[in-house]
Order: sequence, then C-alpha cells, then structure tokens
Amino acid sequence: MAILQRARRKEEATDREAVQPPSQIGQAIPIPDHDPLLGYLLGVGAPVEVEKVALDSPALNEMRAAGVHLIVPLVSQGELIGTLNLGRRLSDQPYSTDDRKLLAGLASQVAPAIRVAQLVRQQEAEAKERERIEQELRVASLIQQTLLPKELPHLAGWEIEAYYQSARAVGGDIYDFIPLQDGRMGLVIGDVTDKGVPAALVMATTRTTLRTMATQSYDPGEVLARANESLVPVIPPAMFVTCFYGVLNPATGDIVYANAGHNLPYVRTSAGVIEMRATGMPLGLMTGMNYEVAHARLNPGETVLLTSDGIVESHDQSGDMFGFPRLIDLVAKYEGGQDLISIILDRLDDFRGKDGEQEDDVTMVTIKRTSSALESAVAFGDDPGEVASFALVSSPGSEREAMVRVASIAAGLGLKGERLERLKTAVSEAAMNACEHGNKGDPDLPIEVSVLADSKKILVRIKDHGGGRSIPDPVIPNLEAKLAGEQSPRGWGLFLIEKMVDAMRTSTDDQYHTIELEMSRRED
Amino acid sequence: MPGTPFSAETRNMGDSTVIDLKGDIDRNAKDELEIAYNQAATQGPVILNFTDVDYINSTGIAVIVALLARARADGRPLRACGLSAHYREIFQITRLADFMTIYDDEPAALAVE
Repeated sequence: MAILQRARRKEEATDREAVQPPSQIGQAIPIPDHDPLLGYLLGVGAPVEVEKVALDSPALNEMRAAGVHLIVPLVSQGELIGTLNLGRRLSDQPYSTDDRKLLAGLASQVAPAIRVAQLVRQQEAEAKERERIEQELRVASLIQQTLLPKELPHLAGWEIEAYYQSARAVGGDIYDFIPLQDGRMGLVIGDVTDKGVPAALVMATTRTTLRTMATQSYDPGEVLARANESLVPVIPPAMFVTCFYGVLNPATGDIVYANAGHNLPYVRTSAGVIEMRATGMPLGLMTGMNYEVAHARLNPGETVLLTSDGIVESHDQSGDMFGFPRLIDLVAKYEGGQDLISIILDRLDDFRGKDGEQEDDVTMVTIKRTSSALESAVAFGDDPGEVASFALVSSPGSEREAMVRVASIAAGLGLKGERLERLKTAVSEAAMNACEHGNKGDPDLPIEVSVLADSKKILVRIKDHGGGRSIPDPVIPNLEAKLAGEQSPRGWGLFLIEKMVDAMRTSTDDQYHTIELEMSRRED
Repeated sequence: MPGTPFSAETRNMGDSTVIDLKGDIDRNAKDELEIAYNQAATQGPVILNFTDVDYINSTGIAVIVALLARARADGRPLRACGLSAHYREIFQITRLADFMTIYDDEPAALAVE
C-alpha cells in the first residue's frame, strides 16, 4: 500500500518527498496536473478499480504496471491531495463492497488530517523563508551602512549634507566623498538595479572600484570608463549601476563631471535651476563605453543637489510619480543644505500619503558653496596661505595638467584675461623644466605643485628632485644667433617664464629644486 | 593630461602658400610641420595660420624658429596669422615677430604683395 500525496503546487515538492513511504511498501506514483486520471478521481471521489477504468492516462498505466488494483482518492475540500494505492488482496480475492466502503471511510478521515499536516509544514516553510529574507535584508542593510560615509567632509567655505534612508527591501544606493591629493574631492552618487544582498554586494564593489580609479585620474570620464571596464566582468548580466561622478575643486567651485546614466544633479543658481548634463551608459552593461565630460562652477551661495531615483519614482495613492518637475520646483524655492533635504522629505511624505510605503532607497547629497576662495584667501592677510597643492608624475603631458589645474585655481582667485594666460604659460614651462631637467624624466619622481595666495598676490611653487647639483647659467636666447645656426633653436623655457610672471625665484637644497612664480592680483 | 594632437595642412593659394596649423605646438609638431612646408609651392610667401592653435610651449617656439631658419635659407618670407593676443605677445617677446610679420587673419596676410 502506498499513500501518495499530490503536490498542490510546485513549492510543495519537497514536502511530498518527505512523506514518501519506505520503498518496500510500494512506490509513490505521481499524477501530473494534465493527466486525465486526476479529474476522473476527483469526479468519482470513491475507490476506483484500476481494471475498470478506460482512460488514456500515463499515470494509470504506470499504476497498472506497478500492480495497483484499487485507487482510493484522498479528497479534502474538493481537492485531490493524494491517493491510497492498493495492490492485490493477500487472499487474491477481489475487493468487496464492504472493503471499499471501509477504505472510503478511512480516506475521508485521513484526507483532512493529511491536508492539515500539509498546511502546517507549508506554514513552517513560509516562516523559515520569511526569516531567511529578513536575515538577508539585515545583511544587505549592514553592508550598505558599513560602506556609506561615516562622516561628512569638512571643507572651508562649503556646507555638505547627506541623507540616506533604505527601503525595507534595501536598494543599492551609494554615495561617497573621495579625498583627492590636492584638496579636491571626488563626489559619487549611484544606484544599483536590483535589491537586497546582491545589490549591496555590487554597490560595495562599485564603491571600491571608483575609489581606486579616482586616485588614478582626475578626468571623471576616464574614471567612469575605467570603472566600467573593471565592473562589466564582475556584475551579474541583469544588473547595472547608474552613477554620477564629479571632481570638486573647493578653491574655485569648479565641478568637472561625468555621468553613467544617473539622475541629473541640479544646481540652484540666482538665474534658476540648472541641470548638470553629461551623457554616458550605466556601468557594468558593456565594455568600451565613453563618458562625456562636462563642467559646472558653483558660485558663492549656489547649491548642487544629487539624488537617487527613490525620490522622483515615489508614487502617491493613485499611482502617480513624484517626478522631476516637483523636485526642480523645491530646489528652486529652497536654499540647499539640511533645510532642502528636510523639505523634500516632508513633501515626499505628503505625496505618498499616510499609508504609503517607501518603495526604494532615498539618497540625497547637497553641496553648498558658502564663500568664495577669493574671500578665504583675503582672510590669509599678508601671510600667503596654501590654497591647493598636488603632485604629478614626471611624464610628458604633466606640464599641461599642471597648467590646467593651476589655471583653474588661479581663476578662482580672480586672475583672468591676459594675466591668466601668462601664468599658464609660465607654469607649463616651469613644470616641463621640473620634469625634464629636475627629475630627468624619471616617472618615479613626482613634481609637487602648490598654489598660495594672500590679498595681493598669487604664488605658484613647483618643486622637483633636482637639488644637490649646480644648475648651469641659462644662456639668454638670441634669435639672430639661432636663425644663423650659431645657437640651438631651443632654450626658451626660462626666458619665457621670466617674461610672463611678475617675479620669479628659485631655491635649491641638497635634495630639491623649487621655482616660485609670483603674479600680482591687481587688475591690469 | 594629453593635449590636442598637432596636424598641419598645406593650401597653395596662387603665389602664396597657407599652412593651417591645428592642435598643440610643441616638440612633437616638428615632423608634421616640416612635411607641410615641403608640400608648399616652391616659391612665394608661406603663411602659418594659427587660428586653431590653443597651446604653444617653448619647444614649439623652437620648432617655429627652426622652420623660420629654413625659410630664410630658402629665401622665402614666413608670415603668421590667427594668433591669440597671448601668443602674439610671446612672438613679440621672443622677437619672432621681427622676422615673421604677424597679421590678424588670413585675408590680411594674403593681401600683402
């Protein structure tokens, strides 16, 4: 005799295996959902003699082959929950009417009991599954909270605030502030598709990858492109990461940025709200992606708001989305900082309504420029204070990077027009000398560039490892001699530097050689 | 930080030749510039058009000096046009302007007999 419980649904399959009888009694013969025997047994609802049934049923054939003579359906509340399969009687007599009545009675008693047992097991399994999901959410939430910044960066002249609230299912939101060498700061906000532990793990990987790439390049497009290359092979195929990455120069308010398909940040300016646009595909989808690089400058009093899509994709009771226009409206109306974050959260609560659940993680970062580098520099008085410093490797192209970066800082300090162009040329030449002559092009030796300022002047110092050796007196270039072939066509560098800046000084010790360039901050 | 790669294209304009310069002028511009000069007509003035040049450094000045020396040896006047105010100043400081006349733009440089 074998009792076969029918699996009600696929997920009960394990249950069924658990109650299969020992094999010496008989084999359980499953009846598939589409087998006509199923409907037949339900219809009859009483013991059925196999020999008398004429059905084109694979299950029936199987039972016949296994020597089943009588099938007693176990029906509870109109559902076939199993069958009692009996072989030949030991006496070889056919089953009598009494036998069948007895079996039918037994079946009617047993069926509800089995059903109850099934339900209890099912509930236990569901409780276990719920516990497993809760545990998974706790893990995901822990991963995420461990990786989000513990404290906000403190930058003179800037007010930075951040807010993060995970949804119950824990999305994969990420934000990060990456300190870069020269006082600049990398800004990250991103969102991993998917939720729970997989999203949290991808978020962790993305964060680490971006941190690594951010220290290798100051070009945000390159940072995202490199991050994408390294993420594509490790992110599961159906997942990707949208991500905004910007490099903020606190001295000047400049943000150079690129965007891998993330929501656009908004800048609140006196002229209205501006979207920080740049195109690029999300990270982790496919290799070989390029990311457009764009630039914005925050003036004193201006704020940028970075968000995840948990805000604009929130729904109200009737299913409408919060949307970008509502968000832009709030950015336009309220100054940045904690106030803006609180207002947005209040409006979101109102919008979702009393019973509305937070569907996705909500992340916001606001960066407000409170005062300009010019003002901070004036505060230095007559003692030049360092505005920024950075190091570059001694390789071709570094002189250009030095030039661009110093220009950006000097522009923030109010230098402009022809005088800014002159400083650029001087810095480029001085940095090239430092790389090629001071460090003899050794890529392992860095040049160090620092920008200092007081109320009257800007100083740029470029230090190389060319100390401890005498520097030959520069030959004053003579164009006639050069054109006549009596002097090399080269040798213009130092000459140009001297002509470009208001003052130039050099100093040497046994290790380093430093050139100092001075530009007055007076207007022409 | 890579700059804008240098390229030079030669246009023969009647009696004169215009070489359109593009990108950064540094030591890497030397070969391209010489090739462009070689493609110029055998006689008449050569006009260097700097309109699409944003960056010239001292090694680029050396490249221009070398070209100027060659043009002088060939007995051909070298002219410049399209320079920004900043590089016009540098051409004056280095006295390049004493040996190659600087014009505001190409029509002005071509209009000279």
